[in-house]
Amino acid sequence: MRKLTGGHDRVTVSGRNLREAIADLDRQYPGIANQLTEDGDIKASIAVSIDGEVGTNGVLDTIRESSEIHFLPQISGGN
Amino acid sequence: MSESKNGHYKVIGTRPIRHDGVDKVTGRAKYGADYAFPGMLFGKVLRSPHAHAIIKSINVEKALKMPGVKAIVTSADLPEAEDSTQQVGEAAMNPRYLSMNILAHQKALYDGHAIAAVAATSPHIAEEALRLIEVDYEVLPPVMTVDDAMKKNAPILLPNLRNKEEGDNPTNVANHLQFKRGDTKAGLAAADFVVEREFHTAMVHQGYIEPHNAVGIYNSDGQGTIYCSTQGAFDVRSMCAQVLGISVGKIKVVPAEIGGGFGGKTTIYLEPLSLMLAKKTGHPVKLVMTRGEVLRATGPTSGSKIKIKMGCTRDGKITGAEVWMAYEAGAFPGSPVGAGAMCLLAPYNIDNFQIDGYDVVVNRPKTAAYRAPGATNAAMASETVIDELAEKCGMDPIDFRIANAAKEGTAQIVGPPYKRIGFIETVEAIKNSPHYKSALTGKNRGRGVAAGFWFNAGMQSSATVNIQTDGTASVITGSTDIGGSRAAMAMITAEVLGMDVTDVRPTVADTDSTGHTDVTGGSRTTFATGMAVYNAAQDALRQLKERAAKTWEKKPEDVKFEDGKFSAEGEGIKPMTVKQLASRLARTGGPITGRAQVSTGGIGVGPAFAATLVDVEVDPDTGKVQILRATVAQDAGTAIHPSYVEGQMQGGTSQGLGWALNEEYFYDSKGTLKNIGLLDYRMPTCLDLPMIETAIVEIPNPIHPLGVRGVGEVSIVPPPAAVANAIYKATGVRMTELPMSPPRVLKAILEHRRVHDLQAAAAD
Repeated sequence: MRKLTGGHDRVTVSGRNLREAIADLDRQYPGIANQLTEDGDIKASIAVSIDGEVGTNGVLDTIRESSEIHFLPQISGGN
Repeated sequence: MSESKNGHYKVIGTRPIRHDGVDKVTGRAKYGADYAFPGMLFGKVLRSPHAHAIIKSINVEKALKMPGVKAIVTSADLPEAEDSTQQVGEAAMNPRYLSMNILAHQKALYDGHAIAAVAATSPHIAEEALRLIEVDYEVLPPVMTVDDAMKKNAPILLPNLRNKEEGDNPTNVANHLQFKRGDTKAGLAAADFVVEREFHTAMVHQGYIEPHNAVGIYNSDGQGTIYCSTQGAFDVRSMCAQVLGISVGKIKVVPAEIGGGFGGKTTIYLEPLSLMLAKKTGHPVKLVMTRGEVLRATGPTSGSKIKIKMGCTRDGKITGAEVWMAYEAGAFPGSPVGAGAMCLLAPYNIDNFQIDGYDVVVNRPKTAAYRAPGATNAAMASETVIDELAEKCGMDPIDFRIANAAKEGTAQIVGPPYKRIGFIETVEAIKNSPHYKSALTGKNRGRGVAAGFWFNAGMQSSATVNIQTDGTASVITGSTDIGGSRAAMAMITAEVLGMDVTDVRPTVADTDSTGHTDVTGGSRTTFATGMAVYNAAQDALRQLKERAAKTWEKKPEDVKFEDGKFSAEGEGIKPMTVKQLASRLARTGGPITGRAQVSTGGIGVGPAFAATLVDVEVDPDTGKVQILRATVAQDAGTAIHPSYVEGQMQGGTSQGLGWALNEEYFYDSKGTLKNIGLLDYRMPTCLDLPMIETAIVEIPNPIHPLGVRGVGEVSIVPPPAAVANAIYKATGVRMTELPMSPPRVLKAILEHRRVHDLQAAAAD
C-alpha cells in the first residue's frame, strides 16, 4: 500500500461506506482504486478490516467518522 | 455424560459420546471409496514421470482400443478456465491454475502431475490402459528449491507468470509481500543483543490416512453428482463448476465421511475427472488414489527459507526484527507465505519490523492448506531466535515472552488492534503446568518451550434446527465433520433448547439439502457453523415461545423459558416442557424449523494462541531425538466439547512433532519423489510419542455469542521450535533446519564438537 500512497502508511479519507472511502482515496492517489477493486467490489485477494473487524459486505460496509480501515492481503493457504 | 465444568452452561463443557461414534467404530460409516453404483466404471490417472517437461503430444488411440476401456480424458477436454483470483473457502484460487493442476496443459510441472484419466470396467484394466497412452515429452531441467527458482536465468515454470516488481520479465516469483512498521534499522541498533539466523524447513504432507476419492455420476439431463471425501462440499462444487465450465446449479456434491484432511482436502483433484469420465461414458465412475499418488500429486505444505534478525534490550524488550522469507508454492502460485509473514511476530508487541515474503513456484506438487498454513515454518524461525534472546538476557523463556506479549489493543502485524486475546494466559498455563514445575534430570536431556499464533476464520455457514413432534430435534449443517463437530452442533442446539444432547440428531447434508457453507477449515466450523446453529436454535426457541403464548392466550414476550420449561404468569397455566409443547405443534400452527445463515467476516475472527513444552533426550551417537514428555496449552475461547478440543490440541501437536523430527519429501536430482509410501515418509506413530498433556485456556471470544474461537490449527505451530529449543538444552546445538532427523542432528552435534575442540586447542 505504501507504494501506492507515496510512502504514507496512514491517510485520511471521507465517506459513508467503503465505496465512497475508496473513491476519495483514488482522488488523492489516482489509480489506487484499480489496485483495490475489481468489477466494482473489493478484489478477492484483499480483505478489509474496519475498526478491527473484517467486513462481510464488500464496498457496502459502512464506516463511521473515526473508523480505522486496514487493507490486508487475503490469507491464502494454497488452493 | 460428565457435568459441565464451564459454570455458565448445562451442556456446553460436557463430554458426551459423539453421535457418529458407533458408525465409525463398527465400520458402518460410509467413506468415499465405499460408494458403489450399478454399472459403475473405475478410473485411473496417468501421471508425469518428469518434474518439468513440455508435453509435445498425447496419443490415446492404443489405450482406447483395449477391451474394457470406455473413455479417456486429457486437458483437451477441459474448457479454457478464467485467469483471475477468486475467493473459494479459506483461500484465493485462480481457476486457470486449478485447471492446469487437474490435467497438465502443455507442460508437466512436477513428478506425478496428472496427464490423462482413463475409465474402464475394472481398476486393473484402467491401470493397464495407462501404459498404452503415448506421451511425447521434452524434458526440461527441474527447479526444486526457492534458491534455484529465484536465481537469475533460472528455468521458468510458467511462461506467462509476472510480478509487479519485475515488469514484463518471466519469473518464478509469483508475489512479494511486505509488512513494515516503525524504523527497523533504528530498532536493531538500539538492541543490546541481536541474533541473526537462517532457517530451512522441508516440504511436508498433511498425512491424512484416507486417500482422495471421488465417484462422479452425470445424467443425460446435464445434472451431475459427486460423492467424495472433502472438507468442503460447496467448494468442490464451485471449483468443479469453474474448471468444467458448468453452472454450480447443475452439480450436487455429497460429502462422504472423511478420514482426515488437515487442509489438504480443501481443493479438488479427482472430482472433476470423475464427472468428465461419467459424462463421456454415461456411467458412474469412481477414482481412488494410491498412497503414492497422494504423496506425489496432492497438496503438501511449503518448504521454506527464512532469514531473521531480531534484537532486544538487556532487560528483555524486543526492539526490532527484520525477516526475509521465501516459500515453495509448488507448481502454481499460492504458497501460504502471506499467512506465515502475518503470524511470525503475531504473539508479540514489536514497534519496529520489516517482513518481506516471497511466493515462489518450483517443480513440486501445488501446495494446499495444512493446519495453520505457513505459521509453523515461521514460528520455527521466530521462536528459536526468541529463545536465544531470552537466554542472552538471562531470562526464563516464558517470562521473556510475557514481557513482550501482545494483548488487547496491541496492533496486529497487519495493523488492526487485537480485541481480547489470551496469549499471556496461554503461556502462563504452561508455566503453571505440572510439566513445567517438574524437574528434568538425566544426561542428554533438554526442555524447550515455544508459542504460536493462528488467525482462525469466520466466513459463511447455514444451519437448520427442526423440532420433532416428540420434542427431540435435528440439526442440519453443511460442515464436514472431521473433529467431532456433529457433537458440538448437537450440544449447542441442546444448550439453547434445554434438551439432552442425545435428543438432538446432527446431520451433515449435501449441497442441495442445506444453505451455502464454507469449508471445514481455518478452525471455523465450531465458530461460524456453531454460530449459525446457535442462531437457528434461538429461532426455533422463539417460535416455540410463540406457540406456548398461543396456547395460553398470552403475548410471546410474556413467556419465559428456563431449565427446559416454558412458563407464564396466569391462573391455571402449568409450565410445559419442549416435549409437551412439541406434541401440540400440529394444532398450534404446524412444524417448527429454526433457520440461520451467518457471514461472520473473513480471517482473523478468533485470534488463537498455543504454547508447547517438550522434554527430549538426544542420542549423541546417532542424533535420534526421543520426545519424553509434551504439554500443549491453547486458548479455545469456550470449549464446547473439551475432549474434542483436547483431541485437536493433541493432533496438532503430534503433527508438529512429526514435522519437527521426521517428515520431508526426498527428491532425486531429476526431481522424482523417492519416498512415496508411509514407511519412507515417516510420520510419528503412538510408539514415537508420549501421551500429550493438555491445558485448555478459555478466554471468551468477544465476537461470538458463546465465546468460541476455534481450535483446529494453532497447536501445530509451536512444536518444531519447542523441540529445537529442547535439543539446544540437551546438546548445546541450535538446530536451524527441519526436519531435525538423526542425520541432521548428528551432523550438527559433530560440527559443534569440532568447533568446541578447536576452541579448546586454541585456548591451550
